[in-house]
Amino acid sequence: MTATISTTSVTPTQRRRRSARLSPLLVAFVLVPFAVESVWVFWPAIQGFWFSLTRWDGMTSPTFVGTDNYVELAGDATFRGALVNTVIWLVLFGGLSVLGGFGMALLLQKERRGVGFYRAALFTPVVFSLVVTALVWRVFYQPDGIADTLLRAVGLEHLIRPWLADPQTALYAVILPALWRQIGYVMVLFLAGLKAIDPALHEAARMDGANSWQRLRHVTIPQMKGVNAVVLSVIVIDSLRSFDIVWSLTKGGPYHSSELLSTYMYSTAFQSLRLGYASAIAVVIFVLALAVILGYLVRAFREEA
Amino acid sequence: MNKLRTGAFHTGMILLSLLWLGPVLWVVVMSTRSFDDIAAHGVGSLPRSFTLDTYRQAWTDGGELRALINSMLVTVPSVLLSLALAAMAAFALSRFRIPGRRTILLLMLAGNLLPPQILLIPVAKFSELTGLYDTLWALIAVQVGFGLGFYTFVLHGFMRDLPGEIQEAATIDGAGTAQIFTRVMLPLTRPALAALGALSFTWIFNDLLWAITVLRTDDNMPVTPALLALQGQFVSSWNVIAAGTVIAAVPTVAVFLRFQRHFVSGLALGAVK
Repeated sequence: MTATISTTSVTPTQRRRRSARLSPLLVAFVLVPFAVESVWVFWPAIQGFWFSLTRWDGMTSPTFVGTDNYVELAGDATFRGALVNTVIWLVLFGGLSVLGGFGMALLLQKERRGVGFYRAALFTPVVFSLVVTALVWRVFYQPDGIADTLLRAVGLEHLIRPWLADPQTALYAVILPALWRQIGYVMVLFLAGLKAIDPALHEAARMDGANSWQRLRHVTIPQMKGVNAVVLSVIVIDSLRSFDIVWSLTKGGPYHSSELLSTYMYSTAFQSLRLGYASAIAVVIFVLALAVILGYLVRAFREEA
Repeated sequence: MNKLRTGAFHTGMILLSLLWLGPVLWVVVMSTRSFDDIAAHGVGSLPRSFTLDTYRQAWTDGGELRALINSMLVTVPSVLLSLALAAMAAFALSRFRIPGRRTILLLMLAGNLLPPQILLIPVAKFSELTGLYDTLWALIAVQVGFGLGFYTFVLHGFMRDLPGEIQEAATIDGAGTAQIFTRVMLPLTRPALAALGALSFTWIFNDLLWAITVLRTDDNMPVTPALLALQGQFVSSWNVIAAGTVIAAVPTVAVFLRFQRHFVSGLALGAVK
């Protein structure tokens, strides 16, 4: 950007040295990675928007239909259901993983005996793929699986149902494993943030007679502002991207009861082969993520300034 | 009073840890039960048999061996290539006054924040167009392209904070740009590279969405999508599915245990930034 030259008074020799340093090698260092990302990310993204304005089956060439796909989306009950489920997912998966992760980080922030083990235990599922997670929990939900056995053991057998096949429970039965995996991840992010807080602040607050709740409310949480912003962005972006766990457990069924926008987009594109319509769903996902992406970028921009 | 609180803390945490580790252990135990045992007593019962034949079935009949090879063929080159490209870009953008460097950096980061859904159809079509569709090359290319932005951003932050004197000293000693990069900057960036390496290994290894978007043939599938296929193939053989699950989880667990410190600091890298 031009700001670099105008803000500092550069003598001619310095400027020459600087431009001399901009060797072809450096240009290649920037351009090659940028070109790779352009081919596989930027250009496809632009195409994605264009496809959303077309009708396309993938075999013949796409025909331009203007905003028809978006008009159809507005009246599509499955889409509306998927949108509602995505919001539920965002609130439950996002909210509970932040609460759970923050709670665990608070409990496990002090180094004491056993803490290392507890942290490792909570963190273990993070290294599994979501498909592995899904299969682990499938065993749990299986008829006569662990969930049913446990319910029987405490005399609640009337609650037993086909957890993943019942439209009333399928979505929540999928959220639970996703949470199980996410809490350890969020905990690690918050632990890093807690570690960065100056202990003198807590000491000072304690001297002033603040109890532990007040210290949490007025010292810890304000000090974590930076981490909170990052965790929030990560959670929203992760929620909107969530696909693997739903696809492995229910494929969005039964009767679209656990359908998210991401799974609906995928099945519309690659099973129903309605590529234009699926692109329109993808654009909706993008728009939902946009505010968060922009917020994240603005933060990163300030950081670099 | 204090003792009571410590006791309550440990009891609570042990129960929680069990909730987290229990399902995993259950699957490991189930992978060693015989089919008849599970058929007779259900997946929720305690084991009454022991066999390792399940692993042989998952490994050869289920095609997990082939799938693991595919996974490694994709993951290792993808990790190396994306870190190499990201380090190059981060080096140039952080240590030299390249015009527009901030815009380039943020644009690259923005690419990584995009929801992949918007890219799926164009990427599938583009790989068909270039003849890469249903080859591991397509998967490597898209993994590198999509991951680059984030790795560049993190490495840029790390390299920017390295003291400028080192670079100046090397320049005075007559080192060229390429030498400064390979001899001076890369060794100093090792902690960040190790952290990102461990992280990106698990991300790429665990990926499902890109694999099922650019691949079609079962023989080409990496282990994560292959695990879903295994589930279809051995519908009620829960012991074999469990064995397959364990096999699919071992590589990332091994990387995690080996690079534990880097792994956790890598996650934190993004958070404190």
